[in-house]
Amino acid sequence: MVGEILLSLLQGFGNTVLLFAVTLVLALPLGLIISFGSMSKFKPIKYVLKVFIWIIRGTPLMLQILLVSFLPKYLFASTTKAWAAALGLTVQNMLFVFVMIAFVINYACYFSEIFRAGIEAVPKGQYEAGQVLGFTKWQIFYKIVLLQVIKNILPPMSNETITLVKDTVLAFTLSVVDLLTAAKEAVNNFVTLSPLLYAAIFYLVFNGLVTVVFNKLEKTLSYYKV
Amino acid sequence: MAYLQIENFKKNFDNVEVLKGINLSLNKGEVLSIIGSSGSGKTTLLRSINFLETPDVGVMTLDGEQLFNAENAKDYKDSELRVKRLNFGLVFQSFHLFPQYNVLHNITLAPTMLLKDKIKDYKKQLKLNAKTDKSLTRKVIKEKLLSFKKERLEEIEKDGLELVEKIGLSDKINNYPCELSGGQCQRVAIARALALKPKVLCFDEPTSALDPELTGEVLKVIRSLKDEDRTMIIVTHEMGFAKSVSDKIIFLSEGVVAEEGTPTEVFENPKSEKLIHFLSSVENKDGI
Repeated sequence: MVGEILLSLLQGFGNTVLLFAVTLVLALPLGLIISFGSMSKFKPIKYVLKVFIWIIRGTPLMLQILLVSFLPKYLFASTTKAWAAALGLTVQNMLFVFVMIAFVINYACYFSEIFRAGIEAVPKGQYEAGQVLGFTKWQIFYKIVLLQVIKNILPPMSNETITLVKDTVLAFTLSVVDLLTAAKEAVNNFVTLSPLLYAAIFYLVFNGLVTVVFNKLEKTLSYYKV
Repeated sequence: MAYLQIENFKKNFDNVEVLKGINLSLNKGEVLSIIGSSGSGKTTLLRSINFLETPDVGVMTLDGEQLFNAENAKDYKDSELRVKRLNFGLVFQSFHLFPQYNVLHNITLAPTMLLKDKIKDYKKQLKLNAKTDKSLTRKVIKEKLLSFKKERLEEIEKDGLELVEKIGLSDKINNYPCELSGGQCQRVAIARALALKPKVLCFDEPTSALDPELTGEVLKVIRSLKDEDRTMIIVTHEMGFAKSVSDKIIFLSEGVVAEEGTPTEVFENPKSEKLIHFLSSVENKDGI
């Protein structure tokens, strides 16, 4: 029976990993763009983004997922079904895409604040040293500042990534079957609580791996101190 | 006309007048020390010379070329500013070495970055020549560019190693700034500035962030540069050093040059009340 239970959890686990990976891969660059925008000298962009970040960080992710799913109806006077058909997706997959969109936007905003802190922590003198040595702005960023930023942000990024692993359970909001949802179904189907235990172990191992990767990165960059 | 000529530099920060019309001139190979109490505008003046601040009024000429004119400063493009800045080297009070690079890499990084521009120019020139010279095929151009790059990189490395030797840190080329003492860091910062062969080397209180026992090694390096007839501008609180190394001293007070002259004139025969007061307060501090 253990084998059957694990098998039934597998699809949910797949969705959890997919949501995690898509969010991480897309939210990182989007977050970098937002962070540059929120530090822009062009005031309108700066303030629009600050307000946007405030809204995203100030409201529950679950609410944002629901709002995204209502977009077709209220913003485009269409339906989820029609969108799914237009994109050649099943309605279920369309809902999963909505979840991903909400996750990417939400995490991009959190990441952008981490990036901003990491960039602002690099002393002004580093930029000035680059300037007097004839570096271009771009060279200053990628040759001098970037690695220092990465070193600065690893600890908070590790935190945020672990939170992301656990946040994936919110996918159930649009009835996407994630690991925890699959486990709850298995509890009903097999009339045992053990699926919950297995799910817990999955999350723990997953986050164990995330921790190991971040520790490795931190160690790689520990060859220098500021 | 003097080698470096600054006329009427004025600079305001939020309605506070920091520089109130500074004039100075310096001949090639001379060392100028700028002294004065904190808040007198010394650092702002040095930063203005290095294009880190933009004076509101004033003109600067170096080696017969007008580098800065406040009237059209707004039109300077980033690329222009980069080229203008390269006439000067600046050594900061708190070093600002790049922490992620070792000693040698800190020194060679800037010349390596500039090499990219040089390669681009060389490529352009080769392509232009290729129009008339049929022997310059695509393959030949590629080979020429590669060997050009290789030669220059070797030169940069060689120059870097020479500089490391000059500052007496040959045994530390693979060390990172965090593994060095403050004095060693500042010596690396000096070498890093020298690597670009600036026409004028500027120092912004190079020993102020150092423990007293470490200032000597840095001052020694600066003194050795004086022996090579380098043109230098030094903002300093080390009066004894300023006296012995400078050809010329200016005393800044409240944004104006309150007194200037040779070290003997300034230190032995101060004329203004302010300078007499400043010198005695510095002496008292040394006495404690």
